[in-house]
Amino acid sequence: MFRTALRNVLAHKARLLMTTLAVMLGVAFVSGTLVFTSTISDAFQASSQKGYDSVDVAIQPHRSDSAAGNPGAAPGLDHKLLDKAGKLPGAASATGSVSGFTAVADKHGKLIGDGFSTLGGNYYPGADGKDARYPLRDGAAPQRAGEIALDAKTADRAGYRVGDTVRISVDGPVRKEKLTGIFTTDDGAVSAGGSLALFDTATAQQLLGTPGEFDEIDVRAAPGTSQQALKTAVDAILPHNAAEATTGRQLADDQAKQIAQGMDGMKTGLLAFAGIALFVGIFIIANTFTMLVAQRTKELALLRAVGASRRQVTRSVLIEAVVVGAVAAVAGLAAGIGIGAGLRALMNGTGATVPDGPLVISPSTVLTSLVVGIVVTVLAAWLPGRRAAKIPPVAAMNSVHAAATTKSLVVRNTLGALFAGAGAAAVLAATGMDDGKALMGLGAVLLLIGVFILTPLLSRPLIALASPVLRMFGISGKLARQNAVRNPRRTAATASALMVGLTLITGLTVIAGSVQKGIDKMATDSLKADYIVSMAGMTPLSPDVAKKIGSLDEVTASSPLRNSPARIGSVTEYLTGVNGKDFGALTRLDFTSGGLNGLRGDAAVVDADTAKEKGWRVGSHVPVTFEDGKKGALTVSGVYEGNEMIKGIILDNGVLAPHQKHAADMQVMVKTQAGVSDAGKDSLVKALGDNPAIAVQDKKDVSDGIAQMINLMLNMLYGLLAMAVIVAVLGVVNTLAMSVFERSQEIGMLRAIGLDRSGIKRMVRLESLVISLFGGVLGIGLGVFFGWAAGELIAGSLGTYELVLPWGRMGLFLALAALVGVLAALWPARRAAKLNMLAAIKAE
Amino acid sequence: MTTTHSGVSTATRATAVAARATDLTKVYGQGETQVVALDAVSVDFRQAQFTAIMGPSGSGKSTLMHCMAGLDAISGGSARIGDIELTGLKDKKLTQLRRDKIGFIFQAFNLLPTLTALENITLPMDIAGRKPDRAWLDRVVETVGLAGRLKHRPSQLSGGQQQRVAVARALASRPEIIFADEPTGNLDSRSGAEVLGFLRNSVRELGQTVVMVTHDPVAASYADRVVFLADGRIVDDMPDPTADLVLERMKGFDAKGRTS
Repeated sequence: MFRTALRNVLAHKARLLMTTLAVMLGVAFVSGTLVFTSTISDAFQASSQKGYDSVDVAIQPHRSDSAAGNPGAAPGLDHKLLDKAGKLPGAASATGSVSGFTAVADKHGKLIGDGFSTLGGNYYPGADGKDARYPLRDGAAPQRAGEIALDAKTADRAGYRVGDTVRISVDGPVRKEKLTGIFTTDDGAVSAGGSLALFDTATAQQLLGTPGEFDEIDVRAAPGTSQQALKTAVDAILPHNAAEATTGRQLADDQAKQIAQGMDGMKTGLLAFAGIALFVGIFIIANTFTMLVAQRTKELALLRAVGASRRQVTRSVLIEAVVVGAVAAVAGLAAGIGIGAGLRALMNGTGATVPDGPLVISPSTVLTSLVVGIVVTVLAAWLPGRRAAKIPPVAAMNSVHAAATTKSLVVRNTLGALFAGAGAAAVLAATGMDDGKALMGLGAVLLLIGVFILTPLLSRPLIALASPVLRMFGISGKLARQNAVRNPRRTAATASALMVGLTLITGLTVIAGSVQKGIDKMATDSLKADYIVSMAGMTPLSPDVAKKIGSLDEVTASSPLRNSPARIGSVTEYLTGVNGKDFGALTRLDFTSGGLNGLRGDAAVVDADTAKEKGWRVGSHVPVTFEDGKKGALTVSGVYEGNEMIKGIILDNGVLAPHQKHAADMQVMVKTQAGVSDAGKDSLVKALGDNPAIAVQDKKDVSDGIAQMINLMLNMLYGLLAMAVIVAVLGVVNTLAMSVFERSQEIGMLRAIGLDRSGIKRMVRLESLVISLFGGVLGIGLGVFFGWAAGELIAGSLGTYELVLPWGRMGLFLALAALVGVLAALWPARRAAKLNMLAAIKAE
Repeated sequence: MTTTHSGVSTATRATAVAARATDLTKVYGQGETQVVALDAVSVDFRQAQFTAIMGPSGSGKSTLMHCMAGLDAISGGSARIGDIELTGLKDKKLTQLRRDKIGFIFQAFNLLPTLTALENITLPMDIAGRKPDRAWLDRVVETVGLAGRLKHRPSQLSGGQQQRVAVARALASRPEIIFADEPTGNLDSRSGAEVLGFLRNSVRELGQTVVMVTHDPVAASYADRVVFLADGRIVDDMPDPTADLVLERMKGFDAKGRTS
């Protein structure tokens, strides 16, 4: 039997081409993902390992009990501790470091980097007067306030030389600093496109942290002292409960674990999309083997007639599938390795620099790819294989293809209706529930399966809808329509493959559009402010910025949003400090009880969810431990409907400020006399010193920013789903090519009695178009339904959510389906038109 | 080769020529493997005449038909349908010619399973985008006895009925000439006789021109004239054939075939 199967594969090379390609693409996606993620992950781990080479023991603020987490805790890493650590018997040296956000402007005043990886730190000279972490290329280290050093990459990019004046900003106000030195570094943030500016330690502490304190103290071990021994020594000198020591190896391991976790998330995400592509591939494989079995009915019956058992017949089909799967998996693996290498090159090209490292092709990657390819193919060929076994030996004697009985379609339709009905009911029920995610997921899967099963039934009426259009194409159109519904199962499987991709694409588009609208509405509804001022890297602003804005003539109202941790009962909550006098003029909050009433003194307003959770109501007295450890009390003066922009416990800054040693504002809301205008925005920007690190956004900028983010995400998802669509295109090509082959006699006859080549081509193309559009309509319809249903769930947490049907996009997707049809028909139509008429007529 | 001695009898019915081959040559392959399928064949098919082409397998009878019907390219000589020379015609023109001037009947019926009997019959007109002549269509349908079965699909019809649909399809567009390739090859003798009867009637009563390739002496006996081919040449031309005469003539080929 094996030889027969092998011969069959070889004999049907061309017909198996599309199937092989489909499996190959799916496997390539899987192996590409595995190669890419393990390569990147290894490279990052190697680079982070290197980063901890110079650290034997690191002292950091207690992780679970840091100042933010434990308001009122004692100060931690000061100079005394540093000195003590450096003088430990096992220590060679100790380095104190401070780090934080620092924006650097280029010569035109524009921000260098994207704002998220623009960092500042301190130059900590060791015993030899040099900081081993930052070897200087030019000039000297910064010695006092007003001097900085820049990393070589940033300096080169902006064209700065030693002696130049550089504009920087740490938390708002622009500072002009003299560039004294340029250093080289392999800091990850810098290699990823950011910048690093260094100050002398005292200045860094003042600007980025707390005077006299470090963020981290790194201790090097003296020769002969192990990291563990040094850690034990360090532990003894640590202030109680405020700091902890970790060995360099432990830190490297922790980071490696973190990287691995991050990469795992990415890998799972990518594999999900690979799974979708493979799932789509299953339809094509099943279709192909069904057709092959149908075409070989006589052959298989003959095998049965000469004594092959049913099991042997099934096995011969499955062996064929194994061979096809294996070939496709090997090709896919090779392609996937290429994709992995290409992706890395692409990421390097776009600036998101990945540390260098070898391409990692692990045995598990190879094994997974091969197993996935073969198992998917064999699974998909299972049903056709069983059907082959059911061919009676007598079928060898007549030429009737084993046609599916109507009874099985009845069973099929009943089953499909049950699935689809139950699924739709579950989805609908889930939309009305508070936590309907699981039920909705289950319902969606059931509905999708139901529609898969029902597609043969749906094909006739839906395709009949197209007949008025097809009639315009004369006989070609008529024949195309009839050919499309001729084998409902085949058409259904082909269209379903396309449907899967389009359902997901449409659903995501509907959700994204609606969420965006909801957020937009939220911003417009809850804000009366004209502008929002914030730091580019979403780091805190200096309180000076709010003060400066408040003093401007054109500003009628302004308020910072200032966060401060506080202990309420036994949990830490964040208090939001605002300018109570102006807050009402800047926001439009819905109060369910009480109100702002000028928000002053110990009054606080609380969002409804928090109030409900804590059991507070207007008039409740709330004892609070502020971040400096002092105790106080707040009185709830109002309960409002919170949203993503404004929520939590809000009180006047006058209450909060005395308790903060380092006040920082997340953003400042501004209302001006003239309202929103470009000129008004410009004058605000100028007033803030033309600072590249500060972003002044009006509501439109905010919503544009959100739209951009959502669009970026949507485009990424489109890209990932494109693979499923490509596989579906292969499926349409496959079905058409097989249909053309099966109908070669008919096509020959049509040519003989006078249908010219273009007529034949048109017929095949229209059939392809009809099948593709059928899948497209189903997919878009289901996508809208799922999008709507998921939106109902989202509406629970996003009050302003509003369903937006992206008609333009939906039209585009339908056009895409049509394009798929046209493209898929190119080759089969040519083949049909070139068919040798005589051979076709003579063939029996 | 000329057809002089049959010309007298057919001239009384019609004298115009529906199709003509002059030194028609068809060669397959090249060099060593070259096979001459037709070797300078010259033959006229007169209007309103029922001609049968006979010969042992490999004699070139099907090739002759394919070449005359514009289904296969010619290597040399000329083939005409009416006044139109087929050599040198582009595929598009040739397709149009087949559509408008030629009817076909195949051994394997070759109906479209998705179309009803009536739709199959009007298919050539549908392809041309012409409206069928209703009265003529009714007459053709009645002649082949399919009046009650027009809504049926081919799978619901017997073999004989399917071939009658094919005959009606060939007649319906009133082609200048109908080529039938072993039209009774897949039929039982009774159905075969029916189909052949219709073909003969269409010549006698409707003035249709029919050229039929067959290897069955009984089928050939329905024709007005039998042209015999062997080894790519016309070796005989028999007017008013009977089954016995044809059989006798064929036996001669068989004997010759066996000795060579």
